[in-house]
Amino acid sequence: MTYHIAIDVSSVLRRTVCELYSNLVTRPTGATVRRAIEEALDGLPEPNVTVIDFSHVTLLDFSCADEIVGKLLDAQQRADGRPRTYFLIRGLHEPYLEAIEAVLERYDLAALVLDPTGNVHLVGTLDDGARRAWHVVRQRGAVQVQDIEAELGEPSVPWEEVVSQLSSRRLIVRRDDGRVALPQAS
Amino acid sequence: MTTVITVPPSLDDQTLEQVLDQLAPLPADQKVLVDARHTRWASPYGLTALLTIAQSRAERASFAGPETEETASYWQRAGFYEHAERVFEMHGHVPRPRGHAGESQVLLEITPVAKSDDVHDVVEKIQAKAQTILVNELHLDPMATMRFAMTLSEVCQNIVEHAQTTGWVAVQTYRYRQRLGRRVVVIAVCDGGIGFRRSLESAQGRKLSDRWDDGMALEDAMLRGVSRFRDPGRGQGLAGVRRYVGKWDGKLAIRSGTARIALIPSWDEDIALREGLAPFPGSQVQITIPERVAKG
Repeated sequence: MTYHIAIDVSSVLRRTVCELYSNLVTRPTGATVRRAIEEALDGLPEPNVTVIDFSHVTLLDFSCADEIVGKLLDAQQRADGRPRTYFLIRGLHEPYLEAIEAVLERYDLAALVLDPTGNVHLVGTLDDGARRAWHVVRQRGAVQVQDIEAELGEPSVPWEEVVSQLSSRRLIVRRDDGRVALPQAS
Repeated sequence: MTTVITVPPSLDDQTLEQVLDQLAPLPADQKVLVDARHTRWASPYGLTALLTIAQSRAERASFAGPETEETASYWQRAGFYEHAERVFEMHGHVPRPRGHAGESQVLLEITPVAKSDDVHDVVEKIQAKAQTILVNELHLDPMATMRFAMTLSEVCQNIVEHAQTTGWVAVQTYRYRQRLGRRVVVIAVCDGGIGFRRSLESAQGRKLSDRWDDGMALEDAMLRGVSRFRDPGRGQGLAGVRRYVGKWDGKLAIRSGTARIALIPSWDEDIALREGLAPFPGSQVQITIPERVAKG
């Protein structure tokens, strides 16, 4: 069973930094919010898909994007063992998305973003093969590695490794039935 | 003995150099009178730089403000006198607030920035006015308000993170007749802190090249996104500011120490890197965003 959790970043900001603030600006603010999110994640049941929701944030600057998204995802990426927490980012206005993309590039990270219609998009840095495999998973739903190979051809590409890379980067979920799928918001 | 420093009739980022040239030969403890009696106009950069000059003097500097009522009144509404009285010894008439509804050209009065909370306050204040000015009057896209506030936040944080002293920020809009004949919105952020070169020098394990100077420090920070912090996420603020300014066909200029670097749009003829300027502590940033005109 996968648990589904949503973290409203605006509420975290008001609770941890200042009741009056609605802007995610400055590094100290971002660091405080990230620590609060990390504490919340520590107590969550696993495996889980956690939606980081920026919908009610009035402003997100580059420094806060780095402190919250960059450092949070980087730390998770470095953690040992099989991924137990998957992230979806929601509520990003175009400028916030630009800031987050810039951050992800710096860390050589990729992340999943939910658009207003609920579609999942891949942002950040990922090599071409992994990106194409991810799009097959997105298009077809739960698939076997062989399905990806059949779809994309190129038998010389080690698709199992590509899928492992996508899984370790938390961009797809390995299911108990051996298939892989995108993390779902709920 | 007091040395009189004459402020030119029009004070902006270019003519400020005349003021700094006069200050350069003087020891910091030399008493000076900054004489702006004949000044008729000052950009937000000029006004915040005057406060920074006061900050840089070991002996409290004196200040004589514009004799023209209109100019003095505008400087008062821009918030200059409120801070000038704290950092200068004032001479002559000091205009007082008249309780009017505020100056429409002033998006953000001169505001001190020393800590992160100040950046929050600056961003909160600007958001209310920015939408009207940027979208309705300068015809920038609707997302420009967010990008503008993000830009402002990052340049203000530069003070908090690197200056190690109080700086000032101001945002105004005016018609830039000299080069554009269009309206512009101008962000000025000035501090008298340690500046880019010393900030980057403080990075642990940083190797300095033979040519290491203020100009190279500015190139590193602005063009290569170098920061004194080793963390990979650092240096993004200025990189983001550059991207946005480019997107708006705007101009970004940063002066620090004896050098000045600029990202120059097609409508301007400035020099990309000027070195050997009169020394001035800290960093002075100016962002100029022009009104968007329909291409036709």
